[in-house]
Amino acid sequence: MHSIADLKKGEKAIIKDVSDNNIPIKLLEMGCLPGNEVEIIQLAPLLGPMYININGSHLAIRKETAKLIIIDKLINNE
Amino acid sequence: MNKQIKVALIGNPNTGKTSIFNSLTGLKQKTANYPGVTVEKKEGICRLDRGVKAHIYDLPGTYSLNASSIDENIVVELLLNKNHKDYPDLAIIVSDVENLKRNLVLFTQVKDLKIPTILAINMSDRMKYKGIELDLSYLENHLDTKIILTTNRTNRWIDKLKDLINNYNKLPSNKFMDPQLIDPEYFKNLQRTFPKQDLYKLWVVICQDANFTSVDKNFLDSSDFEIKSISELKRLQQKETIKRYQLINNILKLGQKVDQSKAVGFGAAMDRILTHKIFGYVFFCLILLGMFQAIYEWATIPMNYIDSMFASITGWVKINLPSGAMTDLLADGIITGIGGIVIFVPQIAFLFMFISVLEESGYMSRVVFLMDKIMQKFGLSGKSVVPLISGVACAIPAIMATRNIESWKERLITILVIPFMTCSARLPVYLIIVALVIPNETILGVNYQAVALMSLYIIGFLAAIFSAYILNMILKMGKRSVLVMEMPNYKIPLIKDVLYTVIEKTKSFIVEAGKIILAISIILWFLATNGVGDKFKNPEKYVSQKIELLTEDELQTEMAAIKLENSFIGNIGKTIEPVFKPLGYDWKIGIALITSFAAREVFVGTLAVIYNIENYDDSKGKRRELKNIMQQETDKNGNKIFTLASGISLLLFYAFAMQCMSTLAIVKKETNSWKWPAIQFIIMTLIAYIVSLIAFQLIS
Repeated sequence: MHSIADLKKGEKAIIKDVSDNNIPIKLLEMGCLPGNEVEIIQLAPLLGPMYININGSHLAIRKETAKLIIIDKLINNE
Repeated sequence: MNKQIKVALIGNPNTGKTSIFNSLTGLKQKTANYPGVTVEKKEGICRLDRGVKAHIYDLPGTYSLNASSIDENIVVELLLNKNHKDYPDLAIIVSDVENLKRNLVLFTQVKDLKIPTILAINMSDRMKYKGIELDLSYLENHLDTKIILTTNRTNRWIDKLKDLINNYNKLPSNKFMDPQLIDPEYFKNLQRTFPKQDLYKLWVVICQDANFTSVDKNFLDSSDFEIKSISELKRLQQKETIKRYQLINNILKLGQKVDQSKAVGFGAAMDRILTHKIFGYVFFCLILLGMFQAIYEWATIPMNYIDSMFASITGWVKINLPSGAMTDLLADGIITGIGGIVIFVPQIAFLFMFISVLEESGYMSRVVFLMDKIMQKFGLSGKSVVPLISGVACAIPAIMATRNIESWKERLITILVIPFMTCSARLPVYLIIVALVIPNETILGVNYQAVALMSLYIIGFLAAIFSAYILNMILKMGKRSVLVMEMPNYKIPLIKDVLYTVIEKTKSFIVEAGKIILAISIILWFLATNGVGDKFKNPEKYVSQKIELLTEDELQTEMAAIKLENSFIGNIGKTIEPVFKPLGYDWKIGIALITSFAAREVFVGTLAVIYNIENYDDSKGKRRELKNIMQQETDKNGNKIFTLASGISLLLFYAFAMQCMSTLAIVKKETNSWKWPAIQFIIMTLIAYIVSLIAFQLIS
């Protein structure tokens, strides 16, 4: 099972499951919902936060939160 | 007829809501605090046709009606309470055209509270760059609202918006969604238990986090309705969000066309540099350098003007008003004291300008992103960076800026360490003492005084970071810390918006500081010019030498000194002198230190009052500069009071001590207990005392 934390810079995936209770509701309201596409824009150094784009919403979340968001499949990037 | 319409401006953060507010109200706005909390309440008046006035309330930005912070809770509480005096007649939901889908979640929630609603789609000038086309009449029909396209670049939309406000009773106020769609079983049950209540309102009340809200939930306990566990509620909230997105998606599928191929943007390219793991930090350092350059180089030009202006006002007062006690108080106490504050206006204005520009442009979020991991090592959040930088201007807005930090522990630590940052109130003290005890000489092009000043800033920052580290180890509380932050689009900040922020913040700084200085100057002056006992009443009896041997000037000077030493303030000062003696201060500095606990900037004014009462001057209008008086201050044995040792000890005392009542009051409000401000006060002052003691004993 993959999570957003497994993605590298520039990679995209489809969100599959956000039912973990530790995911803040705010994140869902910002568009982090199953079926939406997520793209990694930038990674902060030293395992810092991830800068992601979900359906046009540009967000920064920490690795610990990213681990809770399950993704379906990696979209191959050419 | 004097009709007033109440309008609430609601919207996600970063949608340009405040710009719209500024356009509607101009400078006819005021900022106050919501009762009991320190959330800023912005209110303004907009004149409509036919003499109708609209009261516009700029509510804090929020992503939904599920409040997760004090700011957001303000919105929820207002919208739920029909009896609230500010309960709006209509709401304008401000949304960003590029994030319409997300913005509409909040829109649909407000609509479900049956408030007449106008949808303002802002930044519509960017549509053509993003390949966005909107079918407005389709959207108006299906969202059941009136839509207005707005932009912050022009004001062409404003008449249409005013017209819509004026005719608010024609706005539809139907619900958008039946809450039963979220979970039929749960909501049917809920309605059965509370048949009289509005179902959606009920649901919003149930969802409010008890930490933030004062929404009355008691009626829920009295019934036999079983409130679900937190995780169950969360699941329902999730379902609600998903349901809303579904409905919005269906509408936007037909009402909005986005042609990605037409989209042009420089945002991605900017992010590649500004969030880069090396260049990002380099750029941040350059920004900080530029900021300090502006504050300490450019600001000196207007500061010199202000300085000479106040000097001439004081002179004018002394010449033109009848000489006497009141004039002295006015000239030496009040005007000098106020001048001591006004002189920092250029620096404070520059600082607020920088912070405002960095926030408005969207850059601050990038800084948070870059700094989060590093700050976490010290028990802080990336979001602590902005408050810490703001702390260089003033701790009060800085502490208020911590509200968006999600974790209570990180937020508390940030609040506790902010007062170590060198705020602008310390500057007047630093400047005068540095000028007194540090030689104005240069070595290899580096000025000693500049180095001393910079060291003080670094000391402040290190003290903040180091104490955060220690607090992080000591404080035992829930470690759950999250960061969810929007990275807004880059925008060129509007001069108008920046200007409003600068004017408003600077104004409140002067007014607040001015009030304290005025009060303290008057009290001090009274205590210094009144006293009991023979020595105060008949000082001529106690003059050291035979009166005949002294010139008139010398006699007056000595008599003034004797009177001051035996005035009320002199007696107080002498009593507390033993406490400050080991740090190298005499009783006059002791008094200045004590009054500084009200606010640091009072230091200079206090010394001005004391020294001016003492220094008899017969040459009206030709006042000696405070710095010169201080330079010549000696103790009984003729040793200088302001030496390198006592000067550095004093500088360090001001660097560490918690001397600001307003800050303590704001900490009390934000932490909701006297415990934290008390701890902050005691620890910081203790550190200040010990460090100054060591420094003085080592150097002297």
